[in-house]
Amino acid sequence: MSAPDATPELLAAVTPAEKRPAQWIVTIREAWRMGRTKAGVIIFVAIVALALLGPLFAPDSPTSFVGAPFAGPSAKAWLGTDYIGHDVLSRVLWGGRTVIGLALAATVIGLLLGVGLGMISGYARRWVDETVMRILDIVLAFPSIVLALLFVSIVGPKLWLIVLMVGISHAPRIARVTRAATVEIAQRDFIKSAEALGVARRKILAFEILPNITSPLLVEFGLRLTYSIGLIAGLSFLGFGLQQPAADWGLMINENRIGITVQPWPVAVPVILIGILTIGTNLVADGLGRALIGIERDTGGT
Amino acid sequence: MSEQMNATASERAAVSADVVLSVSDLRIVLDPSGIDIDDDVTLAIHAGEVLGLVGESASGKTTAATSLLAHQRRGARIAGGKITIEGTDILSASHAALRHIRGGLISYVPQDASAALNPALRIGTQLLEILEAHSFGASKAEREARLSEMMAEVLLPSERAFLRRYPHQLSGGQQQRVAIAMALANRPKVIVFDEPTTALDVTTQAHVLTTIRALTHSYGVSALYVTHDLAVVANLADRIAVMYAGRLVEIGPKEELFAGAFHPYTRKLLAAIPDISGTHALRGIPGWAPRPGQRVPGCAFTPRCDMAIERCAGEYPPYEGSGPDHQVRCWRWEEVRAQAPSHDVLLAQRVASDSAEAEVIGVRDVIAYYQRKETLHGISASLREHRCLALVGESGSGKTTLARCIAGLHPFKIEGDIELRGKALERDARSRSVAERQAIQYIFQSPYSSLNPRKTIRQILSQPLRVFFDLSKNEMEDRAARVLEQVALDSSLMGRYPDQLSGGERQRIAIARALAAEPAVLICDEVTSWLDVSVQAAIIELLVKLQHEVGVCMLFVTHNLALIHSISQEVAVMNEGVIVEYGPVAEVLGDPKAEYTRKLLADTPTI
Amino acid sequence: MPPLLKLILIRLGLGILTLWLVSVVVFAATQALPGDPARAILGKEAANKAEYLALRKQLHLDRPLYKQYFTWLGGVAQGNLGDSIAQQGTPVTSLLKDRVVDSAVLVLFAALISIPLSILIGALSAVWRDSRFDTTVNLGNLSLAALPEFVIGIVLVLLFAISVFHWLPAVSRVDPSISVFSQLKLLVLPAITLSLAVIPYVSRMLRASTIEVLESEYVMMARLKGLSGNVVLWRHALPNAIVPTLQVIALNLAWLAGGIVTVEYVFGFPGIGSGLVDAVANRDMPVVQALCLLIAAVYVGLNLIADIATILISPRLRTGLR
Repeated sequence: MSAPDATPELLAAVTPAEKRPAQWIVTIREAWRMGRTKAGVIIFVAIVALALLGPLFAPDSPTSFVGAPFAGPSAKAWLGTDYIGHDVLSRVLWGGRTVIGLALAATVIGLLLGVGLGMISGYARRWVDETVMRILDIVLAFPSIVLALLFVSIVGPKLWLIVLMVGISHAPRIARVTRAATVEIAQRDFIKSAEALGVARRKILAFEILPNITSPLLVEFGLRLTYSIGLIAGLSFLGFGLQQPAADWGLMINENRIGITVQPWPVAVPVILIGILTIGTNLVADGLGRALIGIERDTGGT
Repeated sequence: MSEQMNATASERAAVSADVVLSVSDLRIVLDPSGIDIDDDVTLAIHAGEVLGLVGESASGKTTAATSLLAHQRRGARIAGGKITIEGTDILSASHAALRHIRGGLISYVPQDASAALNPALRIGTQLLEILEAHSFGASKAEREARLSEMMAEVLLPSERAFLRRYPHQLSGGQQQRVAIAMALANRPKVIVFDEPTTALDVTTQAHVLTTIRALTHSYGVSALYVTHDLAVVANLADRIAVMYAGRLVEIGPKEELFAGAFHPYTRKLLAAIPDISGTHALRGIPGWAPRPGQRVPGCAFTPRCDMAIERCAGEYPPYEGSGPDHQVRCWRWEEVRAQAPSHDVLLAQRVASDSAEAEVIGVRDVIAYYQRKETLHGISASLREHRCLALVGESGSGKTTLARCIAGLHPFKIEGDIELRGKALERDARSRSVAERQAIQYIFQSPYSSLNPRKTIRQILSQPLRVFFDLSKNEMEDRAARVLEQVALDSSLMGRYPDQLSGGERQRIAIARALAAEPAVLICDEVTSWLDVSVQAAIIELLVKLQHEVGVCMLFVTHNLALIHSISQEVAVMNEGVIVEYGPVAEVLGDPKAEYTRKLLADTPTI
Repeated sequence: MPPLLKLILIRLGLGILTLWLVSVVVFAATQALPGDPARAILGKEAANKAEYLALRKQLHLDRPLYKQYFTWLGGVAQGNLGDSIAQQGTPVTSLLKDRVVDSAVLVLFAALISIPLSILIGALSAVWRDSRFDTTVNLGNLSLAALPEFVIGIVLVLLFAISVFHWLPAVSRVDPSISVFSQLKLLVLPAITLSLAVIPYVSRMLRASTIEVLESEYVMMARLKGLSGNVVLWRHALPNAIVPTLQVIALNLAWLAGGIVTVEYVFGFPGIGSGLVDAVANRDMPVVQALCLLIAAVYVGLNLIADIATILISPRLRTGLR
């Protein structure tokens, strides 16, 4: 009768039984092989390190006066002084923590909200789907910064509010991506198979669907982090983040604009740091995105 | 009717011996890795003949087909060989010459016309442009006249209103005819048909095949007909070329091939083709075809060949044969030729046809809805112990809907009753009791979609065990291994992931998963439609064996009428939501009462 | 009713529904949150009872919430957006009139620069796929897409205004007595900033959709019919590549409605973006409400246009799903 499928010797070496790691780990590995991802990670790590460890190396306190306002670089102040006379270098070393911390927090909030809503919407369909998407459409109707500003005008420039509003503004976009991925998976037969077995819906979401969508979510996380950094730095720049005299990159850019023709450093350095940080994050996100496309192509869309 | 066709075909073959297109040593590789897809392909097409190019998946036949137009998709390139037509080597032609050849001397009919027609352009435009590109006729009026002619020949209307339609406003069959009309427009010498009826249902396929037959005759044009379905090409082709793993293994006149092929693979392939007359059992070929880069240096069929000798694995046999017309690549071809064609007598499912078996599933006047619309209009059927009922119909007939209703997977309203051993079942699987869910197990059509790509085989098989039984980890491992054995798979596969397995293996896993629940009813929903013919035969063999060993009752849903002899005792034929005929297989197929059944039988291609 | 009209009307209806819900959110956010707006605005001066009550009356805070909403909504419909608090007595509409025009001109200018450039860059990247041009453009796009708009703006200021160039003014001081058009120079830097923020998205989309189309079955079929390269590109490929791109263009124009907030602030451009920032800083609630509503309306409106344009252009949707 029928011989076993796996005919030994000649065909056996073909598919070794490897221990396959999770989808998101495979994506990260693939992405790491690309030059741009490596560059992005290096940039990101370097600037985060600067932001977190900077205060340990600051020559002065960020709020103490070291010289006349807008003095150029000197031995005492390597990057010169700012609009009031603080040491620019010290303020730069102190000023990154808030941006990065708040951006990460906002992205995580957005991800949790967005993934949760997106998965429920994509799997439940019909009226649940419609309702959730309509509600999210309202949030989507506002450009992120306008939404944040609307609430800042009422409550005031509170840091927790900014994190919350930026996170909420990410949620609909993440939910859309999650929903699309969920819908595609949910119509596959192995989901129907689980349903026929009577497996509970939440278990299907957690164990059948979620492991299959981690890669696109990873890519989204990278993208959203990039925008979070931009939004939070932007809000700081507009004056709605940390208030004076605290050291914050966004704030520094704004408060030193007046003297830009005389002493560009207190504006230039934070701007370049924020710029490079966002580019680095985006390179990583893009690397992950390409890895995902490559993996899907090679495994035929699994 | 097929007798008539055969006579004319051999007449034609005898008359014209001049070669229109010749291919020598064609080699196609993956780009940029350089791994070969096709190698050493040499064949010739004579004037007025239809050459069938047959192969299963990974055979490289489609790649070979598009090379005739000097085209490869992104990711592959033509690395060597010559293709000559009218003295010109296509592969080294200039851009201008190539444009003249494509659509002019050689034209192409794609596999999926719905994707090959530009969705943003009206079909009239797309038809006219091929005439314009090759400067057919002296004036627009002449071209439009030819257009009307073409449309009439493919049995499509030629009024302005029809020509102004967009592709998505045509049915699948109409789209395919438009593609054929385009291919014939400039009266080419050779047409390459790339599996043009694969996406169509049996009735439409029959129509399109008739059209192709008639047109190749009346135009006297040669054709290369690529297909995986030998039955389709049996009535159409004069000679047949068989490809396996990127090499041409045999090429010869159709009659000689069917009477007694020279290559073991060809013989095995013929034995695997479902036979609607039910005179021989299906025999599958164990294993699966190797993909590019996984082939042994010698004959690629060696691992699956029961006539393989040591020499086969190391050296590739050259072209040899009984004459220039019939060539084969096998070290032992003379011995193969000498063998009598084997026809194992039916049938593994010789069951006494008495209806005394108890009913397991009773379907009573079921009406099912899809949203608001009624799709099943009062279906009644019976699944009995130890028996298999085949549910046959084309797409849209409602057969899958009925299967889903029985399994509890139908999301919309159902009226009427579905009973399991006399007790009415809830509509939704989730509302049913655990015992009821366990009793009915479902195997899905696509092996690529029915297994969770993120789970190991072990995890996939454990899921039903965890839901229905209370077992320790070791017990689960044992049961899983046992059920793998039942489907003839090695337990070393437990730690692998679905994408590391072939389609046939995946389908066996799906069957194993269903068996693990120890069900009373097995619903097989088109479980072989996505598989190669040889693999399909192996799966059918497996299902028949399992039914005997386990004693489960089966519902076998399929669109392929030819399969049912091999697996079921009773058949229900469905059309547009109703059962048009219901009875023992021999009766329904031997003496069909319903008009629809008769038509379906007539339209199903046979050898 | 023809299915096409039905489809468009449904989209339109959903858009209006969204806008209405947006108005509710804007209103609820500014009026219905706990905390007393009047007290927050007056600050210390809230101790003055008379002034406090007067402000409450002015803000209609003495009426039930839903009545306040409809009063406000009715006013909006009639073009009356209330009076500014920061500039006592001045109706919001007169304050914003010029700003709206200025912003519209800025956005138009930015669109005129960015859209043709994006199409050119995107198409060339697709046709010269994987060339050095393509790779460079790709990295450039990645970088620009990552940078926040205000960073692009500040960098431009650093480059142009403080270096020896001195060509373009760093701060746009638009003279209200002369029309914006004659002060084009002041538009240039903000418009370039906005363009640089938009170009990466549109050109990337065009590149992607052109490539997808060039690799489609129907383009392959067109080539196999022996059609010339030009016919394949212009008749078969481009009409299909345009549709997704148009959508992205409309979406990016919509995005500009939000992008102008920081960009106008960087350059001191007197549009609705910088107007919003000032109003928020001053807690000038009526202005904040009006601008939020306006920007959201533009955003929703442009998205709606994108949707409807897609329907009208693709024949499949146009003739109704079969």
